Amino acid sequence: MINYIWVFMIVSGIIAAILQGKIDLVTTAALTGAKDAVAVCIGLISILVFWLGMMKIAEDSGLLKKLTKVLRPVAKLLFPSVPENHPAMGYILSNMSANLFGLGNAATPMGIKAMEELQKLNPDPHKATPAMCTLLALNTSGLTLIPATMIGIRMKYDSANPTEIIGPTLLATIVATGGAVLLDRYYRNRHFRGINSYKK
Amino acid sequence: MYEVISAISNYMLPAIIVLIPLYALFRKVPVYESFVEGAKEGFPTAIQIIPHLVGMMFAVAVFRDTGALDFYLQGLVPLANWFHIPPDILPIGILRPISGTGSLAFVESIFHTFGPDSFMGKLASTIQASTDTTLYVITVYFGAVGVKKSLYALKVGLLADLIGFIASLVICTIMFGAL
Repeated sequence: MINYIWVFMIVSGIIAAILQGKIDLVTTAALTGAKDAVAVCIGLISILVFWLGMMKIAEDSGLLKKLTKVLRPVAKLLFPSVPENHPAMGYILSNMSANLFGLGNAATPMGIKAMEELQKLNPDPHKATPAMCTLLALNTSGLTLIPATMIGIRMKYDSANPTEIIGPTLLATIVATGGAVLLDRYYRNRHFRGINSYKK
Repeated sequence: MYEVISAISNYMLPAIIVLIPLYALFRKVPVYESFVEGAKEGFPTAIQIIPHLVGMMFAVAVFRDTGALDFYLQGLVPLANWFHIPPDILPIGILRPISGTGSLAFVESIFHTFGPDSFMGKLASTIQASTDTTLYVITVYFGAVGVKKSLYALKVGLLADLIGFIASLVICTIMFGAL
């Protein structure tokens, strides 16, 4: 699916530029996009270095294991394929709590670390596992209690009541995350059924 | 409610940064060495993401900056009218999963035209804030571990974005009244 979307975006961009007679738009856009992407990654370096250092301390001191134990019931429900007390669980739960409290900077490194731990359980390193997909579903739907960035932007535009959107945003994000979890479950079951019928 | 949660958010970061090393020291962990050892992984991980993100973001930029996106949006206006979706909101819904900064630009233009406290302003805020940039999250997370086949993750992410978009429309209409 990602291959089709990718080619679709590039080809329609080139056609649009040709139709307007401004083919140079493609080159400029491509190079700007590439430059922005590298800038984002460079920005990620300091965040990743810092949080992966912090999380290593949490792991070595056994703090991460404690967190895993407390939240085991939730984790078991969402990630049935991950063994109990596996370090992946600790990172998944840290990632989820960081998202919930709007610590976006911390959430990404913890999520990446969780992916690395899940990758250790993966029989085929080039192919995602269902547990990875569940983690992605939780992260793409962006469950958060306070939309701090949006409130900031509303303040910048002199909103009389910048925090008014907290209620509707929370409701909408709960619906979206709930939907993501259910869809993930549906496709996961279908995926396993596919594997089983293939084996037969 | 907001003050409480926002205070938690503000104090949580400093608290985490203090409590993790403190607890570890109490458990006799060589904290500084642990930190450095974990931090080492940060640089290669960030570098590992570069090719994935460049691949995705250049395609998004070509799609957006050449006017191809606008062309498709024009085509979708009748569909939006059919569902009683305000045409100014449509670009935000379409762009949100693909490019967070791209859709934010449309949110800001709505703030500019209608004001942040208008129905349109509140709806735009809700759509923008209630979900994350699916394409970016998938690229970064899978890119970091080198997974190439993402199974159904993209499908689930995009469908959840659609659910979030519809939920925002319904919830804002109920809470803030129609146009």
